[in-house]
Amino acid sequence: MYRYILNRILMMVPVLLGVSLVVFSMVYIAPGDPARIILGDTASEEEVQELREEMGLNDSFFEQYGRHIKNVVTKGDLGTSYITQRSVTTEIMDRWPTTMMLAVMSVILATLIGIPTGIISATRQYSVFDNLAMILALVGVSMPNFWQGLILIIVFSVNLAWLPASGFYGPIYWILPVITIGTSTAATIARMTRSSMLEVVRQDYITTARAKGNKERVVIINHALKNALIPIITVIGLQLGRGLGGAILTESIFSIPGLGKLMVDSIKARNYPVVQGGVLFIAIAFSLINLFVDVLYAYADPRIKSQYSRKRSKKSKEVCHE
Amino acid sequence: MSNLYAGSGKINESVKKRKKSQLKEICIRLRRNRAAMFGLSVILLLIIMAVFAPFIAPYNYDEQNLKMANMFPGREHIMGTDNFGRDIFSRIVYGSRISLQVGFVAVGIGVLVGGTLGSFAAYYGGVADNAIMRFIDILLAIPSTLLAISIAAALGPGLTNAMIAVGVGTVPNYARVVRASVLTVKEQEFIEAARCIGVKDYKIILKHIIPNAMAPLIVQATIGVAGAILSAAALSFIGLGIQPPTPEWGAMLSAGRAYIRDYWHVVTFPGVTIMLTIFSLNLFGDGLRDALDPRLKR
Repeated sequence: MYRYILNRILMMVPVLLGVSLVVFSMVYIAPGDPARIILGDTASEEEVQELREEMGLNDSFFEQYGRHIKNVVTKGDLGTSYITQRSVTTEIMDRWPTTMMLAVMSVILATLIGIPTGIISATRQYSVFDNLAMILALVGVSMPNFWQGLILIIVFSVNLAWLPASGFYGPIYWILPVITIGTSTAATIARMTRSSMLEVVRQDYITTARAKGNKERVVIINHALKNALIPIITVIGLQLGRGLGGAILTESIFSIPGLGKLMVDSIKARNYPVVQGGVLFIAIAFSLINLFVDVLYAYADPRIKSQYSRKRSKKSKEVCHE
Repeated sequence: MSNLYAGSGKINESVKKRKKSQLKEICIRLRRNRAAMFGLSVILLLIIMAVFAPFIAPYNYDEQNLKMANMFPGREHIMGTDNFGRDIFSRIVYGSRISLQVGFVAVGIGVLVGGTLGSFAAYYGGVADNAIMRFIDILLAIPSTLLAISIAAALGPGLTNAMIAVGVGTVPNYARVVRASVLTVKEQEFIEAARCIGVKDYKIILKHIIPNAMAPLIVQATIGVAGAILSAAALSFIGLGIQPPTPEWGAMLSAGRAYIRDYWHVVTFPGVTIMLTIFSLNLFGDGLRDALDPRLKR
């Protein structure tokens, strides 16, 4: 198992190198001259040229990319923000905990709502509850979350004046953003739980479990849910990853000082080092979450676990033969 | 001899009949699904709205009337007016042109590029498969919304760039779906038979593999149109997509955002329209998946 995790981490290296190349190229072709952006429109052409030379912007693409990668790998240096002149790594690290907390809280809320809803829907297929829940879930999936955020502000902040519309100073400020991100996540989890459970409850071993005289509760929770868990875990992991990237709009709407808002503001201001660093950072986080989910599979499903150990024993046998 | 020919003719006929009846059966199953039919009718209605926009919209989409700015819904303007006094209903009607165009073109890009990459990877395997899938892994390591936003930021705002950004953001999905279904089809005997009689590779892929690997792709694409419309609206919302005065639904939300404290209607109607569109596409996509799934035959 440890070897598998190590393998996966090693496999992340070329992928992340690829990501950095893709992002670097995008910033390279993006409109606007970085030197001009830093100095402003009033600077003379000579000053701009001087700064270009100083920043190494006149070097070839590969020279620039090589320097960028060297800085990232050896110093953890993602560059300097054009606007605040602070290191991009510090800027990201300042904002990161907020975004992560928002994503985790929404996923927890969504799981608490989504899984029970999905289970009840599956056990009472085509009932009124099932129909209603699934229509609501589809509405939840279909609702643009930036729009939902605005509607929540209109209802709860403007009209009812119950909750604050912007900022991030205490638990009361978290409620609306967490609901905004959590709704579509809950809907997705509920839909996946239902379909996964429906597939499992038709299996023979569920009939066997019932025939043995187990209580319905035990059959559903211990026998069915356990086996239906894999796709549900996948969806939860994906949603957590999506929360990191997708919180971008929600954070802008509620003026939450997180990574997403930083990215949107930086894109608008053409503050490219921050954009580049932010995308790379989210890609790393996203890959780590995916790895974590894959490791979780092994715990949820003994079949997968045995696959790893079998692979290893096969390998060791081969070694013995040699 | 003549008997033999007669026999083969009969077999041909029965094959044709079975093919036709299979398609018919899917249609029947789809028609029985009321939710999917509801979705389909809303989509058709939207298409009609987009095609006949000048006849349906009571005003032009950029007709300003500052005296009538920020009017609440009433008899003259059923969905009210925005801060320039433009009729919101008319803008939504014209906006359906943009949104549907973005949805279909972006998915078209995704299917074409992703499908080609996926079928190539699956059919040739080995080095080609490895190279293509590692590239897809790189794109998958960036959340799709963020990928679309980064591409749009690099290309600059505008309708075409938004379509490209959203389309490229969906490429990994289609590549994976197509690769998976081509992999299963490829191993079957009729492909081997085609190869034995010397059919060329590209013909095998286009004529034999792709039609048989279509079902999951169609479902993914239908739901993908919904996702693409949503992504494009999100891009416009943060100012990276379609620019004003073009009546794009997401851009309308973005412009109305400053007025939500006093005028709820400015953001409510464009949002409801986006939601209804996505909802219908998802309903239809779900229905299509159920109809194409032979395990769910009743």
